[in-house]
Amino acid sequence: MVDEEKKTLAYYPGCELRTRARVLDSSARRSCESLGITLQELKDWTCCGGLVAQVKDNYMALLAPARVLLQAHRQGFKELVTLCAFCFNTLRRASYFLERHAEARRKVATFLEVETLPQVRVLHLLEVLCDRVGIDRLREAVRRPLKGLRVAPYYGCLLLRPAREISLDDPEEPVLMEKLLGALGCEVVDFSSRTDCCGSYHIVTNQGAASQCARAILHSAANANADVLTASCPVCQFNLDWSQSGNGDTAMPVVYFAQLLALALGEPMERLGFDARAAAALERSAAADKGEASREGG
Amino acid sequence: MSLLLSLRRKEGLAKEVAALSEQNLYACYQCGKCTAACPLAFAMDEPPHQIIRFLQLGQADRAFKSDTPWACVGCLSCAGFCPKGVDLARIMEALRTLRLRKLDTPFRYTQQDGEWLSGLPQSAVVAAMRKVTW
Repeated sequence: MVDEEKKTLAYYPGCELRTRARVLDSSARRSCESLGITLQELKDWTCCGGLVAQVKDNYMALLAPARVLLQAHRQGFKELVTLCAFCFNTLRRASYFLERHAEARRKVATFLEVETLPQVRVLHLLEVLCDRVGIDRLREAVRRPLKGLRVAPYYGCLLLRPAREISLDDPEEPVLMEKLLGALGCEVVDFSSRTDCCGSYHIVTNQGAASQCARAILHSAANANADVLTASCPVCQFNLDWSQSGNGDTAMPVVYFAQLLALALGEPMERLGFDARAAAALERSAAADKGEASREGG
Repeated sequence: MSLLLSLRRKEGLAKEVAALSEQNLYACYQCGKCTAACPLAFAMDEPPHQIIRFLQLGQADRAFKSDTPWACVGCLSCAGFCPKGVDLARIMEALRTLRLRKLDTPFRYTQQDGEWLSGLPQSAVVAAMRKVTW
């Protein structure tokens, strides 16, 4: 990688990536390093706010995301990369809303004791990888193609909706994860539940409902004969994993897209925090692929 | 006749919902796509499209009594599929918000809940607390 291509992007990890989803953070950082991008963590970042309010006059809910955008601006960044779907959705929607509503902008600026609120573009790592790095360069950077691995790319709601405000991908026929996983050599399976809701915060308020939502998604991925399901959101990952905790060997491994990316870029598997189920599925598909290759060779 | 009377009596509540959600309640022609698309319709006592119907026909109190807005997590499947561009998730949020502002919620968490809450993703806990408690 030539030096002038080295890029530094401001990065907002959020609470999950510092606790339960550390593996998403570390695998994404390592992948980016090997692609010539440095994710520079925002200093002293605070909570994104969880979810934006969907009513007209709830300005309180805008304060947390506005504060984060202000932090990025004060540290000299015009763009901010996120990974957690909650943070991404909240920050991107808050930024969209504040750009368009003068009254909200004025009230939030007064509360945060600033003259004006800066415009900071919120990005998801998926769009950085697909649009900035580019699929061709990604494909060239792959050292260990994940051939034979059948992957169900799961988006959920927060990466895609509301379509106009988020505008990351087509809300009904998204392609970013498919493009990325395809470049890694995976066999991407089509499954009908890839944009369905995992139950979200019902894991707190109504676990039965969350579990039913999650099981429908897993069922759909299993019907498509997927070896693993990839998520980008720590809450989706938790809900999907938790809802099948009693299933033992029949359970569908749920991994982050960044784990597969780091693996394909040559990171040693044991450093990527795959759970036993996911590791077994990856080894199985690698072994099957080798068997096929030797048969073809012979 | 009774419907007309109740229209007059209840239109204040429906107006509040329309203003908060910034949605035209009367744009809905009850095709039911929102209900078909809703992943949580099974957990609701009234189907989502019925909530709009109550608001249209002066039965806002029934929309307010329903558990349906609490079952909605705002995944926006409904809004994506609505042929009339109605964002039902915002209407649900407006109903929740108006109830929360009257300190009315079926969810109450105390310090004792800390232990099991600590085993859950914190962003889900933060989101839940913001959406269903005050």
